[in-house]
Amino acid sequence: MDPKETKERMKIPRQSMAEQDPKERVRNFYEVPYGYSAEQAIEEAKRCIQCKKPLCVGGCPVNIDIPWFIRLMSEGKFVEAARKIKETNGLPAVCGRVCPQEDQCEKVCIVGKKAEPVSIGRLERFAADFEREHGEITIPEIPKWSGKKVAVVGAGPAGLTVAGDLVKKGHKVTVFEALHTAGGVLMYGIPEFRLPKKIVQSEVEYLKRMGVDIVVNAVIGKLETIDELLSNGYGAVFVGSGAGLPNFMSIPGENLSGVYSANEYLTRVNLMKAYQFPEFDTPVIRGRKVVVFGGGNTAMDSARTALRLCPEQVTIVYRRSREEMPARIEEIHHGEEEGLKFQLLASPKSFIGDRDGKVTGVECLRMELGEPDESGRRRPVEIKGSEFLMEADVAIIAIGNGANPLIPQTTPDIKVNKWGNITVNMDTGRTSKKGVFSGGDIVRGGATVILAMGDGRKAADSIHEYLTSGVW
Amino acid sequence: MFEITEKIELAHTVYQFKIKAPLIAKKRKAGQFVVLRMNEQGERIPLTIVDSDEKEGTITIIVQEVGKSTALLGDMGKGDMILDVVGPLGRPTHIENFGIAVCVGGGIGTAPVLPIAKALKAAGNKVVSIIGARTKSLLILEREMRAVSGELHLTTDDGSYGHHGFVTQVLQNLINEGMKIGFVVGIGPIPMMRAVSNVTKPYNILTMVSLNPIMVDGTGMCGACRVTIAGKNRFVCVDGPEFNGHEVNFDELILRNRSYLKEEKTAMEEFTYHEGEKCYERCDK
Repeated sequence: MDPKETKERMKIPRQSMAEQDPKERVRNFYEVPYGYSAEQAIEEAKRCIQCKKPLCVGGCPVNIDIPWFIRLMSEGKFVEAARKIKETNGLPAVCGRVCPQEDQCEKVCIVGKKAEPVSIGRLERFAADFEREHGEITIPEIPKWSGKKVAVVGAGPAGLTVAGDLVKKGHKVTVFEALHTAGGVLMYGIPEFRLPKKIVQSEVEYLKRMGVDIVVNAVIGKLETIDELLSNGYGAVFVGSGAGLPNFMSIPGENLSGVYSANEYLTRVNLMKAYQFPEFDTPVIRGRKVVVFGGGNTAMDSARTALRLCPEQVTIVYRRSREEMPARIEEIHHGEEEGLKFQLLASPKSFIGDRDGKVTGVECLRMELGEPDESGRRRPVEIKGSEFLMEADVAIIAIGNGANPLIPQTTPDIKVNKWGNITVNMDTGRTSKKGVFSGGDIVRGGATVILAMGDGRKAADSIHEYLTSGVW
Repeated sequence: MFEITEKIELAHTVYQFKIKAPLIAKKRKAGQFVVLRMNEQGERIPLTIVDSDEKEGTITIIVQEVGKSTALLGDMGKGDMILDVVGPLGRPTHIENFGIAVCVGGGIGTAPVLPIAKALKAAGNKVVSIIGARTKSLLILEREMRAVSGELHLTTDDGSYGHHGFVTQVLQNLINEGMKIGFVVGIGPIPMMRAVSNVTKPYNILTMVSLNPIMVDGTGMCGACRVTIAGKNRFVCVDGPEFNGHEVNFDELILRNRSYLKEEKTAMEEFTYHEGEKCYERCDK
């Protein structure tokens, strides 16, 4: 690209994406951003200066050929762009919505050095949506069966990525899912207003059309063990069983009614559709004063979900300051627009309940920031005697997850670390057990959709290599 | 989809179902449970597996209609399909030869006791069973329990059948008479399990109870089923469902199980009546 054109392109302002009005959207579960129009998408795509040595590709955990797909978009070739993305990313409509692009591809975008970075995520989302909405989804050519079968445990982002990559290499893949629906955290965790469930199901459908076999209601470790899978004709097993049991804070009153883990709260509302109770049978307590503990994306998802269940007030309690919050800035901003309150530099000390065992409040302590800890963030320190009381009839604890114990319990030769997470070679996803690979949250202990997908890609390559060479 | 191959009414609103689920039938052990979801709108409910027939590929469950989901199941019959059946979940009962093992079942709780009694007998125990109910018509599985027990005691709260009183009184009598009990398993309503645990505690008899908290996924993900055991948080779906009764915080479990009384009532109202404004409409106002 000649310097003059580059200069012209740099002048195009970043296209903003229209969103549902906060006052409206807080009363429904429809998706918040509407997405780009075709004109906006082309305009935004033109902002890409087509770097000779693009940094964005390396910033993407699944190495999408970003300049290539954006060039196609700038020419209005949206379907072709979607197919380009799908060469390396099986779930573009999902990633375009939930990836933290500001920490990945967009963070290293060269345009971003002088102006705002190219909106890679929004473009990815547009391409995937365009392809789906125009009925243009076509199945890539599937090679002749290699004669090998692979079992995938867990139909979340990691497992679905492994499945997609391996069928495209000619292997037969069966995905075993413990819940009644495929999608994992995309179904039970991330709320409808951030990731519509029909989009997830359409991505799952795409994999099925490619020949991936998905078996729901199958809890591996219980129904069949890993060893049984290996002796039943599966040449390799990928374990992507995801996040496990939620962490609690071990403070008094934590088991009062109305105190939820984020996992439970979100599962009730998203997977079981408790927001449509009693049309759907699973209930959730609709609090008047809801308090959410934690500062990550799960805390934001829980809080914004709670806002949509007609409360008076929803407050995030976080023990550090706003700068240290791990949640995406965009999500914090969305929450604020929707009326979310913040109680920063505070930490719960105990929950208070009534005679019926229902939570009525929480006693908190004020914190101040001390020296940085091993995570590089400044450590919160209690201020003695600073106790204060907050009213709460629903409390949601969003401070991370432990590991699910089912696979390690039943397959002791798969090595785990002291937290119960499976130990793997991070380049290959290989575990301590021959033929068994793993990735995603069961390895990382709580990360992002895209990192799980990145693990899935690497593992799929390594599984393919193992199945072909037989060398462990 | 999982087909119901047999339905028997055991007592008023208490049904026994056989469900086609060959893989679960092959794998399940005494003490384990399944999670069922009746239809697309349904909730996930845990139920203990009472028995299985590997050749037929069926599992047996017993259910009492207590709310909408169990009423939905109660309305189903032979040939009907249950949308989701997941299992076998939870840890199996720890079975060994304890010498004399006393199996105590209260009401519908006798259903999960039966497979444990069978397994205990197979391990060489002398099985002494005590099963009770509010009244004679609610007493279930007498014949089946008799078949696996060396000694069977029956109780009803109203005296309409067997001993007039509670299962705990019979248990206390056995201890008073000097029976050398090596193991007690007690399953039934929470107050009954607490009472059984209180009876055996002074004698330090190992007593296991099977807990029935509210669950959502049942596979070790959501944390809804947490209970306090010996002062620590444990998860019934993966650490249980059986725990040492002397260590369980029963009071907390009772309160937690009451978390959704209002919603359960609403769901039942909606299920049985179809007039008036719905609760979410009331919320919108």
